[in-house]
Amino acid sequence: MTDLVEHAPARAKSSFINDPKVRSIGLQIIALIVVVVLGWMFADNARENLAAQKIATGFGFLDNTAGFGINQTLIPYSETSTYGRAFVVGLLNTILVAVVGIILATVIGFLVGIGRLSKNFVVRLISTIYVEVLRNLPPLFQILFWYLAVLSAMPNPRQSINLLDEVFISNRGIIIPRPLFGEGTGLVLWAMGLALICAILFGHWAAARQEETGRRLPVLWVNLSLLIGLPMIAMIITGFPITFERPELKGFNFVGGIRVIPEFVALTVALATYTAAFIAENVRSGIQAVSHGQTEAAHSLGLRNGQTLRLVIIPQAMRVIIPPLTSQYLNLTKNSSLAVGIGYPDLVAVFAGTTLNQTGQAIEIIAITMGVYLVLSIITSVIMNSYNKRVALVER
Amino acid sequence: MKRLLSTFALAGAFGLCAFGAQAATKLEQVKAKGFIQCGVSQGLPGFSNPDDKGNWTGLDVDFCRAVAAAVFGDATKVKFTPLSAKDRFTALQSGDIDILSRNTTWTITRDTSLGLNFTGVTYYDGQGFLIRKDKKVNSAMELSGASVCTQTGTTTEQNLADFFRANNMTYEVIAFATNDEVVKAYDAGRCDVLTTDRSGLAGERLKLTNPDDHIVLPEIISKEPLGPVVAHGDDQWFDIVKWVLNAQLNAEELGVTSKNVDEQLKSTANPEIKRLLGTEGKYGEGMGIGNDWAFFIIKQIGNYGEMYDRNVGPDTPLKLARGVNALWNKGGLQYAPPIR
Repeated sequence: MTDLVEHAPARAKSSFINDPKVRSIGLQIIALIVVVVLGWMFADNARENLAAQKIATGFGFLDNTAGFGINQTLIPYSETSTYGRAFVVGLLNTILVAVVGIILATVIGFLVGIGRLSKNFVVRLISTIYVEVLRNLPPLFQILFWYLAVLSAMPNPRQSINLLDEVFISNRGIIIPRPLFGEGTGLVLWAMGLALICAILFGHWAAARQEETGRRLPVLWVNLSLLIGLPMIAMIITGFPITFERPELKGFNFVGGIRVIPEFVALTVALATYTAAFIAENVRSGIQAVSHGQTEAAHSLGLRNGQTLRLVIIPQAMRVIIPPLTSQYLNLTKNSSLAVGIGYPDLVAVFAGTTLNQTGQAIEIIAITMGVYLVLSIITSVIMNSYNKRVALVER
Repeated sequence: MKRLLSTFALAGAFGLCAFGAQAATKLEQVKAKGFIQCGVSQGLPGFSNPDDKGNWTGLDVDFCRAVAAAVFGDATKVKFTPLSAKDRFTALQSGDIDILSRNTTWTITRDTSLGLNFTGVTYYDGQGFLIRKDKKVNSAMELSGASVCTQTGTTTEQNLADFFRANNMTYEVIAFATNDEVVKAYDAGRCDVLTTDRSGLAGERLKLTNPDDHIVLPEIISKEPLGPVVAHGDDQWFDIVKWVLNAQLNAEELGVTSKNVDEQLKSTANPEIKRLLGTEGKYGEGMGIGNDWAFFIIKQIGNYGEMYDRNVGPDTPLKLARGVNALWNKGGLQYAPPIR
């Protein structure tokens, strides 16, 4: 390439069109014009066809009444709500699966990834089988497997598995008691917040102290007692304002309590275990990228295996792990759109499915849906990249 | 550089082609490609279902074949695109299919702002509920609190909400993208009730592990006129598809069947039959197709009654009586405008 540039001035005089600079800028301008013209042609074509078929356009439909039910809503929603609200319900359901799935996948992925490098043969074997099996089966198949296999093993509500008369498991989901917040809950919540802040501050102070004096404080125990103790004291003062509503079997189903629907369980578990297989490989390659000398050095300092892994190896491996980990988080979020196969009401099912079908506003709805996934992906990337910068090796 | 330019040129040419194609009428497009692209369901016994040899059978499928018979004189010139309820309208709007014949309910939204035209009613239906016998429920009014499985993107979903709301009952809906998923979830006990059009229930029931363990509740909670659909913007194509059904209904009314149509063509004295079969008047020409269009429909597919009996009638596994789908002069709702 440099070779070309060096020879360029001599040739430029003979032919303007052979000047590499002119050519590269010219080509870029041509490419831009072609893209703009093609884009304009497509948009115009779509507009003309919509007009010819007399299909209404615009975003006014978001204010119309939806008129269909959704079986998992994190915010109040009924059949009389608008399509706009149905969109938010679907979006929140997607985010819920993504967040819970990402946390689960990370935990499982790190355990399995470390397991693959374990000195214990059985642990290593199990981890290897896990990765090779789950990584190589299509995610939709795994989602359906979890849904149908787990569902058919579960009893019907009348014969549900009963745990201490509080938690019930059946093919309608897992039902747990719902907390009811009475008067004085505010104080308890304040106490929780205060305990959390104190715990974080104490953690920082203890770390600083260890830097200075080398002495370690029992951070875990102090913080645990803070986090449990303070709210408990507040509960006693206010006379136990938080009570629990017990689920009861009435007619077809349980009434009361919080229900985790089987569609959510199947989708989250399937996505988490599937993505975890890839994360495990990232973790393994990250750990293997750290020179073995680091382990030997840590051992010679007297650190035990667990400490070596936690304090020396993983922090260095993170630099290698994080970029591919980000892609896995994005994949999990995007794969959550497979929800429609098992009837979980995610964004694609509720909005790009039912709403699109009822309103026929294909272009608007697909544009919004694509925009949402784009924004979710960008947010994930930004968070992960800023974390990556913090753990990146500082070169001197 | 050369390769880049030729790529752009190719892309530009494709763009122009797409524009050129828009100018042709649907009939010209269909004739040019030599077959009709017909959107059907992904498998609903009696309406559109592939048999064990991969041939599509059913009322909705036969209707598309009847259109092909009218346009080409050959009922085999159809290709089928299986579509989920969710994807069906987009496929029609974008021109991927020429006709949607997929147990689709005629509603005002779909007929107007969705950019579609319903060409008639091939089956008058209503929504019902399927439930396990051991639940000991005899009426839909006892369903408060039930979990209901249904297909997403259907009128069913909205009727369900209306019915429970109007009767002040609670319910939980679980909506799946395809019929098969609905049936599997219901069979696995995920929901207490399966809801769709009653004709659909008769078909879905056959897919269950033990069809006899389930009953259809007596209530019909909605009107579901099911019929073929074309896209807005081409009146000629709309007319052709509309009159294929009308021809089949008129043929039944006049007693013309696939068996006697050859004889009728030669020897009938009835002017109505002569007009139908194209020996009198030029009604096919008016639509841009042959005057013997209806002859081919009846010869190859049969009249409406034959099509009904063959696919969903009392002698089929679906065992659906004619009921409101009988002709108007036999106590039903099927009534076609005259051919004249």
